[in-house]
Amino acid sequence: MKICCLVKEVPDAAVTKRMDPDSKRLDRSGEKNLNPFDTHAIEAAMQIKEGGTPVEEIVAVTMGPDSAVRALHKAVALGADRSVHLSDAALEGSDVCATGYALAKILETENPDLVLLGQQSDDGECYTIGAVVADHLKMPSLTQVIKMDAADGKLTCERQAEYGYDTVEIDMPAVISVGDAINEPRYPSLKAIMGAKKKPLDTKAVADAGIEADRIGEGGSRTTVLALAEPPQKEAGEVIEDEDTNETVEKIVAWLDERKLI
Amino acid sequence: MAIATGTYEDKTEEQKAIIEMVRQFVDEQILPNAEEYDHEDKFPEPIVEQMKELGLFGVTIPEEYGGMGLDLTTYTMIVEELSRGWISISGVVNTHFIGSYLLMKFGTEEQKDYFLPKMATGEIRAAFSLSEPEVGSDVQGIKTSAVKEGDDWVINGQKMWVTNGLGSSVVFLLVKTDPKADPPYKGMTCFITEKEAWEHENTGEYAGLNIPPAIKKMGYKGVESTELVYDGYKCPSGRILGGEEDGLGEGFRQMMDALEVGRVNVAARGVGIAQRALELGLRYSQERKTFGKPIAEHQAIQFKLADMATKVEAARLVTLKAARMKDAGERSDLEAGMAKLLASETGKEVVEDCFRIHGGYGYSKEYEIERLYRDAPLLLIGEGTSEIQRMVIGKKLIQRHKI
Ligand SMILES: Cc1cc2nc3c(=O)[nH]c(=O)nc-3n(C[C@H](O)[C@H](O)[C@H](O)COP(=O)(O)OP(=O)(O)OC[C@H]3O[C@@H](n4cnc5c(N)ncnc54)[C@H](O)[C@@H]3O)c2cc1C
Repeated sequence: MKICCLVKEVPDAAVTKRMDPDSKRLDRSGEKNLNPFDTHAIEAAMQIKEGGTPVEEIVAVTMGPDSAVRALHKAVALGADRSVHLSDAALEGSDVCATGYALAKILETENPDLVLLGQQSDDGECYTIGAVVADHLKMPSLTQVIKMDAADGKLTCERQAEYGYDTVEIDMPAVISVGDAINEPRYPSLKAIMGAKKKPLDTKAVADAGIEADRIGEGGSRTTVLALAEPPQKEAGEVIEDEDTNETVEKIVAWLDERKLI
Repeated sequence: MAIATGTYEDKTEEQKAIIEMVRQFVDEQILPNAEEYDHEDKFPEPIVEQMKELGLFGVTIPEEYGGMGLDLTTYTMIVEELSRGWISISGVVNTHFIGSYLLMKFGTEEQKDYFLPKMATGEIRAAFSLSEPEVGSDVQGIKTSAVKEGDDWVINGQKMWVTNGLGSSVVFLLVKTDPKADPPYKGMTCFITEKEAWEHENTGEYAGLNIPPAIKKMGYKGVESTELVYDGYKCPSGRILGGEEDGLGEGFRQMMDALEVGRVNVAARGVGIAQRALELGLRYSQERKTFGKPIAEHQAIQFKLADMATKVEAARLVTLKAARMKDAGERSDLEAGMAKLLASETGKEVVEDCFRIHGGYGYSKEYEIERLYRDAPLLLIGEGTSEIQRMVIGKKLIQRHKI
C-alpha cells in the first residue's frame, strides 16, 4: 500500500494573522511551520504502517513556494519516506478548486492507495481541499475523520459530526481528511530532523505533471475576492445576576425557552 | 503562550527545525507538568524518558558513538528552550553534557567506547562532582582523596551538591591523588566512578559509595542534589580520566576546561528562565487591570517590560557568542564567564520584575512565576558564583591587556 500525505506550509501559530488589503490575500510573511493538522495526517499514516498493514511508502506532497521545502523536511522528519514539491510561479493565486486540481494531477503521477490530509489548514481554513482532490481523482472521500482502521483494502473510519460521529466503511483508494482528535503526533527525534535532508525530494513544475495552465493560478481560478470585511461583532451577552438562586434558575430557563433551546 | 519569541535569530535550517521541535515538546510536555513535579519534588521520569527517545542526551556526542555530533551553539539553543520550560529539566541533561564533554576531550579510546554509546542514548546518565561540604568556590581546597593499592585506587571522602547524584550511573569525580603537590591543583585527578543508578547503598564492585537522602532545596526541585560518601570505594586505574599515565594530576585542568562549556550552558539556562518570565509578564500585564486599564498601559510597568526584554536579548546574544567562539576553536574563557555572569543575573532580575508585575498573585503557588522565583537563584551559584565569574573575568581581562 502506498500513502500520500498532502501537507502545507502555513504561518506559525504564534504569528498574528492579517489580511493584506492590497492583494486581498492572507499576509504570509513571518515564521512558518507545517500545518499542524497535517502532522496528524502523517501520524495516521505512520500508525497504519506500524499497525501491521504493509505500507511500501509514505510520500509527503505539497504545493507551495520555495520556502515550503521546510514543511516537507518536517514531514519526512515525522516519518514520510520521501516528498514531492510542486512549485511553479504559474500556481500563484490559485483558489481552492485550482489548488485541488493541481494537487490531484500530482497525485495521479504517484497513484496512491490512500491520500491523507489535515481537515483544514491553519491559514485558509477552507476544509475543502480533500473533497476537491477526491472529485478529480474519482475516489471516495471522508472528511473530519477522528478514528481510522485499515484492513483488507478497506478503511473503517469514525467521522466527526455535530450530533456525535458516524462510523463509515470505505473502499480504497480513498481520500481522507483527518481531525486533530485522531491521534497525538510524535515529536521528530533529533536523528530524524538531521536525516530529513537525506530523504529524496522531487521538485516538479506545472509542465511535469500535465497540469493545464488555464486551470491554475489567479487566471485559472474561478473565485475572485471582491472585498474584505470584518466579521460582525458578537452581540454583548446578557448577564443574569445571581441574587436569589430560584429566581436565577427561572430566568435562565425562560431565556432558553424563548430561544427554543429546551 | 508563544509570545515574544526571539526576533532576529541567526539559525541554520537544522537548528530552526530542532528548536521548533524542542519548543513544542516544552509547551506540550514540560510546561503543563512542571508545577506538579515541582510541588511534589518528584523526578520527572516520563519527560526524561521521552527526551531519551528524542536524542536529547546525545546532542554533542559524535555520531560514531550514536550521538548527534552537534555543536555547542546548537546545544546552547536547546538548553535555553528546555530551561524556558523548567530549569530542572536542563539540570538533568547538564551534568550529563559535562560528563560527555570530559570523555570526548580527555577520555582514552577505551573509555569513550565504553561510556559514550550508552550515554548518547541516555541509557546511563552522568553527574560531576567537585564541591564538598567545606569547599565550593575554592576547588583546590578539596579533601576527598584517592590512594593507590595494587591496580586500584581507593577513594575516601565526602562530596556535596552532586546534581543527579542518585539517578546517575557514572560520576566524574575530582579528588586529590597527591596531597603534597604544590600548587595543590597539580595533585588532583578526575576519576570516572561507576555506580548503581537510584541506589543509596552500592554493593559488589561499587561497594564503598553511599548516597544519603537528597538535600532539601528552595527550588530546582525534581532533580536531586545529593551528598556522595566515598568510604573505601575501589576504582580501577583504567578509570582515571585519560588513563593513569596521561590523566594523573590533570583533573583540575580537565574540570576547569569542562566548566568553561558548563558556564555557557548555565548562561543558556539564565536566558531560558528570563525568556519565560518575560512571556509571563507580558501576558499578565495585559490581563490585569488597575485604575481602569491593563497594568501594561501604566508606564511604570511598560518600562519594566522594556527593560526585561532588552536584558533577555542581550543575555541571549552574549551567550550565543561565547558558544560560537568555542565552536570556532577560539579561546572563549573570558566570554564564557561574561555570559554566565550576565545571563544568570538577567535570569534573576527578569524573574523578579515579572514577580513584581504579578503583585500578590506572584506570591501564590497558583502562578508559575512563584516557581521561577525559587528556581532562578540557583543559576547565580552553580558552576561558579557571580563573584567567582567576576574574579575570572577580571583576571583574564588584565592578562589579555597587560601594559
Ligand atoms: C542546587 C545546586 C546544585 C549543585 N550542583 C553541583 C554539582 O552537580 N557538582 C558540583 O561539584 N557542585 C555543585 N554545586 C555546588 C556549587 O558549584 C557551589 O555551591 C558553588 O561553587 C559555590 O560554592 P559554595 O557553596 O561552597 O560557596 P563558597 O565558596 O563558600 O562561597 C560563599 C560566598 O563567598 C563568595 N566567595 C567565595 N570565594 C570568594 C573570593 N575569593 N572572593 C570573593 N567572594 C568569594 C562566593 O561568591 C559566595 O558568595 C551545586 C550547588 C547547588 C546549590
